Amino acid sequence: MSLLAFLARRLSYAAVLVLAVLVLNFFLIRLAPGDAVEVLAGQMGGMTEQIRADLQREYGLDQPMLTQLGIYVSRVAHGNLGYSYFFNLPVTSLILERLPATLLLLVAALAVSVLAGTTLGVLASRKPNGPVSQLITLVSVVGYSAPVFWTGMLLVILFASVFPILPVSGIRSAAVSGSWLVDAVDVARHLVLPALSLAIVYLAQYSRLTRASMLDVLGSDYVRTARAKGLSERTVLFKHAFRNAVLPVVTIVGLQFGNMLAGAIVVETVFNWPGLGRLAFDSVLRRDYPTLLGLLFFSSLLVIVANQITDLCYRLIDPRIKTS
Amino acid sequence: MKRWLIVSALAAASCAMTGAAAKDAKRGGTLVMGQSVATSTFNNAVASGTGVMVPGAQIFASPLMHDDKWNPEPYLAERWEVAKDNLSVTLHLRKDAVFHDGKPITSEDVAFSIITIRDNHPFNTMLKPVDTVDTPDPHTAVIRLKHPHPAILYAMGPPLMPILPKHVYGDGRPIKTHPSNTKDVVGSGPFKLAEFKPGDQLVLERFDKFFIKGRPLLDRIIIKTYPDSQTSLLELEAGRLHMQPFFNRVLEIERAKSNPQLAITSGGYQAIGGINWLLFNNKKKPFDDIRVRQAITHAIDREFIAKALHKGLSKVATGPIHSSFPQYSPDVTRYKFDLKKAEALLDAAGLTKGADGVRLKITCDYYPGDEDGQKRIAEYMKPALKKIGIEVEVRAPADFASWAKRMAQKDFDISMDAAFAWGDPVIGVHRTYLSTNIRPLVFTNNAQYVNPRVDELLAAAEREPDADKRKVLYAEFQKVVTADVPLSWVTELPYHTIYSRRVRNVPVTIWGTASPMLDVALAD
Repeated sequence: MSLLAFLARRLSYAAVLVLAVLVLNFFLIRLAPGDAVEVLAGQMGGMTEQIRADLQREYGLDQPMLTQLGIYVSRVAHGNLGYSYFFNLPVTSLILERLPATLLLLVAALAVSVLAGTTLGVLASRKPNGPVSQLITLVSVVGYSAPVFWTGMLLVILFASVFPILPVSGIRSAAVSGSWLVDAVDVARHLVLPALSLAIVYLAQYSRLTRASMLDVLGSDYVRTARAKGLSERTVLFKHAFRNAVLPVVTIVGLQFGNMLAGAIVVETVFNWPGLGRLAFDSVLRRDYPTLLGLLFFSSLLVIVANQITDLCYRLIDPRIKTS
Repeated sequence: MKRWLIVSALAAASCAMTGAAAKDAKRGGTLVMGQSVATSTFNNAVASGTGVMVPGAQIFASPLMHDDKWNPEPYLAERWEVAKDNLSVTLHLRKDAVFHDGKPITSEDVAFSIITIRDNHPFNTMLKPVDTVDTPDPHTAVIRLKHPHPAILYAMGPPLMPILPKHVYGDGRPIKTHPSNTKDVVGSGPFKLAEFKPGDQLVLERFDKFFIKGRPLLDRIIIKTYPDSQTSLLELEAGRLHMQPFFNRVLEIERAKSNPQLAITSGGYQAIGGINWLLFNNKKKPFDDIRVRQAITHAIDREFIAKALHKGLSKVATGPIHSSFPQYSPDVTRYKFDLKKAEALLDAAGLTKGADGVRLKITCDYYPGDEDGQKRIAEYMKPALKKIGIEVEVRAPADFASWAKRMAQKDFDISMDAAFAWGDPVIGVHRTYLSTNIRPLVFTNNAQYVNPRVDELLAAAEREPDADKRKVLYAEFQKVVTADVPLSWVTELPYHTIYSRRVRNVPVTIWGTASPMLDVALAD
């Protein structure tokens, strides 16, 4: 199949998927008791019926549910995600403002978990029953079993009280600086702990997966042939074995992008990281439907894009996939 | 006999509000402050809540401000008079005041702001009696009242009466969703908005043409949002945060006390006057029986809650009005901790113990978001009421909206609840006790308490211009309500400000940080 036809088919799937996400989320959110107006009444320390009615009319909450859905879907189709009930700002601008922080966190966590995970996996596969492999297995099991928020909180305690060398909250120091280099270092320092706590779970998974996959590949005929040809161990490992062994890892990385985004909600909340995840968490508490729906819509787009990139990666790593 | 109508102040020197300013309070510096509630808008003419009022009071100036003893002081109005018939208040504005865009602040803007607040602010009793605002000249505004309204002296304070530029907000667009509420805000106060990252942080910068010369002292205020009190305390300990107001977590306050870098004050919360109470569903059996309400109130050991659960940081609440209010009266029906009496009252009400020792099974809700003031006390009800044969199931709410819904629908037996008084009983106390305010909304008369005498007393107190006579009315109100015990007052909110020892002149007036921070400074 040509690349173009492939993309076109994928896009039509994506459109259906996005519509389903929109409709499903629209109803799911409304299952939560109470609405945004009640939350606003709480934050304001009281409200009159007149103001409540005005707000409900303004937000369209007085319309029947299906009318609300129709209005919403048609608005989204026109590229308008609406206004946040809480901030009264366009949802698109709220999301775009928060997007860089989340992308930074995700990319950093992804890079750490994939690079370190596969490296450890390869190391562990060389002597599957040696002490290094045992240690890596142990660390992986612990890392995989620990919930993200727990790891995060432990890191906060460790770096806030015991070794106060890294910031545990926010993305930037309050001090305003003119130099971008100073700012970049500042952001990087803030990034270490959240990225690490998000990466640990996936790192553990990828190292286990790489190890298993490598063991499988290392026992196959073409590896034996490569070794028989007298190739160096390094060439055998990385050129022949690893390239084949990494395919399942790529699949899982692509599939788990959505999970990682979900993990970011927790990590961002623990580390007060001003990204999409914290915005989503706050929006649930505020019953800020437009923001929440906008975020879910956006996340589904992100996941779809990530899956497309995964598919393209397959083609790069394994040229045979193009023809199938 | 000090009558509020003769309260009037002379034009004050440029910084009259500076009480005992610290000697090393110098100009300059950036104060980093924490907030627990995100700012949704800067326009405190149409919204309330600490996330709005604290930045709002920095960006917008109000006609008056208040000291730490409830005395009104000149601010944008250099003096003011209340007419003999108590039906008008005349404000004489400063002539040198300008908005952040350089345009002069005139009586037109004051009139526009007052009417906007009257028609849009969630506290609708605050300016309800205002009929019109006349503007005989650019620096005089006359507020005409339908009837005497003594609470207006507090409703003209910084968190409640921002003076908005009419040339910006009077453009015909709906004020509640006006774009200038969050972007390109043109204010009248000591600081202007420089940056706003919704839900994350905001930056306020000194306004150089502010009408009080030499103020504010700070160059910049950064307000960061920390939804979690532990994180903000960690940041305070690390020196990255200088001040966190509205702090009410007992363990964290205790921990902050042991830190030599940090100081703590409970000043600055007098006008907010928050009380935690146990709400009874007075319309539901058996809480419609006063003996049941009395019995439960006798079974709550308030001293234990204040001294042990709150480690002495909160004060026992004796009635509907906070003890820091001028209208507070200690002469009320008190309910001593007395389990025998409680059991006798329940027996008399016909709720006898079954074979399992249980008289009654009830549920207890609580307002989420105040761990020590609400959740802990709700949990305390379980063992406390078990002693008198009442089995309590604590219904933990998922979040605020879930609890608010239960309250609005009156779907509860008993619930912990709290409300703020905001400067005058008319603004924040009446709503909980007026029979006319039983509404399907949170923070209304959700006990569904009805007593015509209370309605009468509150209606009279609302209009009574004489401060002493007004106090007498409120004293009787407190007596009647505590005798009826429609709800059971537990403690006053243990709000504190935790701050770095580098901070000078921490705000401790009745409005605290919801007042302009003119004298706050940072030492080296």
